[in-house]
Amino acid sequence: MLKDITIGQYYPGQSFLHLLDPRTKLICLFAYMVGLFMVKEPPGFGFLAVFTALVIAVSGVPVKVLGKGLKPMWLLLTLTMVLNFFMVSEGDILWQWRFLKITDAGVARGVFMAFRLVLLLNVTSLLTLTTTPILLTDGLERIMKRCFVPMAHELAMMMTIALRFIPTLIEETERIMKAQMARGADFETGNLLTKAKSLVPLLIPLFVSAFRRADELAMAMEARCYRGGEGRTRLRQLQYQGRDFGAFIATACYVACITAGRFWLKTW
Amino acid sequence: MPIVLDHVSFTYQPDTPFAAPALHDVSINIRSGQFVGLIGHTGSGKSTLIQHCNGLLFPLAGQVTVDGMPVLPKGKDLKEIRRKVGLVFQYPEQQLFEENVALDVAFGPKTLGLEDAEIQRRVRWAMKMVDLEFAKFKDASPFELSGGEKRRVAIAGVLAMQPKYLILDEPCAGLDPGGREEILDQLKRLNEKGLAIVLVSHSMDDVARLAKRLIVIHEGAVVYDDQVRQVFSKAKELADMGLDVPAVMKLMMLLKEKGLDVRQSVLSAEEGQEEILRVLNHA
Repeated sequence: MLKDITIGQYYPGQSFLHLLDPRTKLICLFAYMVGLFMVKEPPGFGFLAVFTALVIAVSGVPVKVLGKGLKPMWLLLTLTMVLNFFMVSEGDILWQWRFLKITDAGVARGVFMAFRLVLLLNVTSLLTLTTTPILLTDGLERIMKRCFVPMAHELAMMMTIALRFIPTLIEETERIMKAQMARGADFETGNLLTKAKSLVPLLIPLFVSAFRRADELAMAMEARCYRGGEGRTRLRQLQYQGRDFGAFIATACYVACITAGRFWLKTW
Repeated sequence: MPIVLDHVSFTYQPDTPFAAPALHDVSINIRSGQFVGLIGHTGSGKSTLIQHCNGLLFPLAGQVTVDGMPVLPKGKDLKEIRRKVGLVFQYPEQQLFEENVALDVAFGPKTLGLEDAEIQRRVRWAMKMVDLEFAKFKDASPFELSGGEKRRVAIAGVLAMQPKYLILDEPCAGLDPGGREEILDQLKRLNEKGLAIVLVSHSMDDVARLAKRLIVIHEGAVVYDDQVRQVFSKAKELADMGLDVPAVMKLMMLLKEKGLDVRQSVLSAEEGQEEILRVLNHA
């Protein structure tokens, strides 16, 4: 069950997407999201589906891996979809029970919302799947600095550490869980209250060890004279390459297509 | 009745790019009352192997039975199997969570649904087994103890389930020599009381001193499963797998190289001393 958590996981590869500068990927992702929320009608969603499929194909990440990342989100997806069914009152009524009704416009909205979320989740997980955490936060730091965000380095460092420790903490959780199961603990059966109670023997050791790790990490950083971003140089400097311009052009085309479809054709 | 692993194979995250085969066709059995050493290089599959013995991992192929009960996911005997086969993980002190030692040791028996009097009896017994004075330690917070004491509390927590087999993964890792001796002595005493023990260790000296039988595992397969002396007589093959022989055996091998005709299959320092004296007095 814990193995399903794939947030921040990196999928090793050498594809076009893997080799892009992290800043390019972040900026293009932002443009992609803006486009995603501009589209309102079926032809636009068709375009989005094709474009996203192309991006996934280019990344070389198997669809199965992406699908696994979506698995923990299915509840949220269904909930969004079903809630939207009931939220829209215009259109032909398909089903009614007292004050609750479902209209065809509501169904369309719900399906589009879910579709949009699936695309969003897929492409954002594509970002972490094709970028190592170090490069990702490096890129983020550079972008934040450009935008005069205060404490850019510290924020990026916090993110790096958080990302770095997700797999470690998952591993730790699994280990402690097993150790307690060996002592007869049962995390699976029982009602909500017993289940919540059964988490105590898991959570306390987990917190203790997380604090211990944080302490050790702080000590190790201090021992290496770490004192924040000021005056810090880098071993590997980020440098835009030819392929980054290719990616920017593709993204520009994407934005142009959506803008044209929305404001000129007025059918997207 | 023993723990039997019959042609067990296991792979972590099968059918993914992260798939990592861990065990190939492992067949062993652990009989009650035995003291078995399990050695192997880092990543050889030792930890995976022991987790199969009490149903924390389930084989992809093959079968595991404990005293005739098959180990199956969601099997009805799983709870009983985990009680019978006590498993002490590496750095077990990291599993402590209660506010005092007595409560932490009582966690296992409580999950068995025993009566309070019986739980109390077991807590006292388990703490005595690991030389923790009940009156002195029962109210202490497990987080304030020394490293060696914490570890003994954790082992007591498993002992309180009164297992028939006790499997320990590197129980001495990270302890000072004193703490190490105490734990090893306690294991010896427990075994003498009839508890079967499987000791996973990096230290050849420890297994040579305590175990009667030695299982060597390399790249997920059992390479040797024999009497300790027999296994350590394969010093060269062990070295190829990145494994050592006990220090005293190394000394004997060096002496032999230098021309002293000593017997090499020597396991303890005392035995080594006798052997050297025998040869010297003879010459």
